[in-house]
Amino acid sequence: MKKLLLATALIAVSGAAFAQDVVRLGTEGAYPPFNFINDAGEVAGFERDVGDELCKRAALTCEWVTNEWDSIIPNLQSGNYDVIIAGMSITDEREEVIDFSQNYFPPAASAYVALAADADLKGVIAAQVSTIQAGYVAEAGATLLEFATPDETVAAVRNGEAAAVFADKDFLAPIVAESGGELMFVGEDVQLGGGVGLGLRSSDTELRAKFDAAIQSMKDDGSLNALIELHFGPETAKF
Amino acid sequence: MFAACADPKAIEGLTWALCYLTSGKHIDFYWSFVTVLTLLALTAPLALAMGFAGATAARSRVLPVRVMGKSYAALVRGVPDIVFFLFFVIALDQGIEYLRSLAVCGGGEWPWQGLEFRVCPEAKVPLGRAEAAWHQAYGFGLAVFTFALVFGAFATNVLYGAMTAVPQAQLETAEAYGMSRAQVFRRILVPQMWVYALPGLGNLWMILIKATPLLFLLGVKDIVYFARELGGSKTQAYEYPHPDWRLWYFLGLLVFYLVFTSLSERVLARVSARLNRGQATAAGEALRKAAT
Repeated sequence: MKKLLLATALIAVSGAAFAQDVVRLGTEGAYPPFNFINDAGEVAGFERDVGDELCKRAALTCEWVTNEWDSIIPNLQSGNYDVIIAGMSITDEREEVIDFSQNYFPPAASAYVALAADADLKGVIAAQVSTIQAGYVAEAGATLLEFATPDETVAAVRNGEAAAVFADKDFLAPIVAESGGELMFVGEDVQLGGGVGLGLRSSDTELRAKFDAAIQSMKDDGSLNALIELHFGPETAKF
Repeated sequence: MFAACADPKAIEGLTWALCYLTSGKHIDFYWSFVTVLTLLALTAPLALAMGFAGATAARSRVLPVRVMGKSYAALVRGVPDIVFFLFFVIALDQGIEYLRSLAVCGGGEWPWQGLEFRVCPEAKVPLGRAEAAWHQAYGFGLAVFTFALVFGAFATNVLYGAMTAVPQAQLETAEAYGMSRAQVFRRILVPQMWVYALPGLGNLWMILIKATPLLFLLGVKDIVYFARELGGSKTQAYEYPHPDWRLWYFLGLLVFYLVFTSLSERVLARVSARLNRGQATAAGEALRKAAT
């Protein structure tokens, strides 16, 4: 019993001493316009702007790190970075392993994109591995074809490997718009997830509170909506 | 890089291509070739050293040492590379941080709490506030060690086989001259085993070259990562939008790998000729005949 108390005290003390001097932000860097590596080789996009602003408001020194999407949660838990800011939708499954801040991007539609309007949405559908869209495709009874990066899912449709790609509509919209009529939205949009939030270790409650407050302040003064409009265009859902 | 590249969307043709190929990301791409070559230059001797140690241990007359050498080769060779690169590295990283936490954190707190791994900030390797370059160097160091461990196991087997291939009569003769076991090993066995080890080691080198894309699993951005990233189709969100050009980037890599492996083959052929000189092998005999 004594040992147990001691251990609890130690955990409490070390928790309090867990004041981070640098907060490392982990992102994928392959999901424009959410996050991508720009031509200068730096992290850019909507989340770069949001992350920098949040760190400023929370008075934190932040540093950007890129990590492959597939292992982005295990590396957070292992402490290689402190925050996931990678267009990650808030879902119950993920809530079981990590914690989320409040959303900084509203619940958004996912959509199918194909080469032809009569594409078979019960056929082979491309989606990025470990995304809510991949989970949805598997449950919807279509044949799921998974890829490591978002770009490859679109390429799979272009070269005929998949009948359609299923992904965030905000990611697909610029691709469809710039394809010169080659690609088009097919079928109904699907509402998935509870919006995009920051992913944090469940034990980092203090850090989460700081980011929650910063996101709230950005929502209150409208600067978040301004950034959403800047990166996603005026038609996107806002707060 | 150049003044003309300030507004990439306004330029076209050759200027565009020149600006595109010298963008910051492309410079990173070119540097990643250096990263890969450095990895090879560091890993190859380290793996060879581990293989030599493993093979020597596997031949030891002391049972625990022999078991260690043999089980190192058997265990590591049996585990699929990709599993090794996914799990071992995380375990190694956490192990290092755990050991450091014992030294600097004070409390004997067990860091594995549920799914999370937590040590005090002072025990992080490298420290959270360290420069990004240190994080990269640390990741690179882990990569070199992991590659050396995996390829060292294969080298152990190759060198063990080479050591047993040296004719027994040579060793017995040396002993008859009064050499100690260590002297026989150093003067007779090791100088002669290389000729038997070379084909196997050459194979390992070729496989190592082709295994470098596994670097990305370890968080090191290698040439294949950049080829995929740069080649993917780019929307107007980027400064240089373009369609899917992965084919061209991967063709470039194909050329790089082919040139590199064929150069390696030439060097290996030379080393082989040098090692066979004066050996009592068919190749050595052929060299002797060609010379007379």
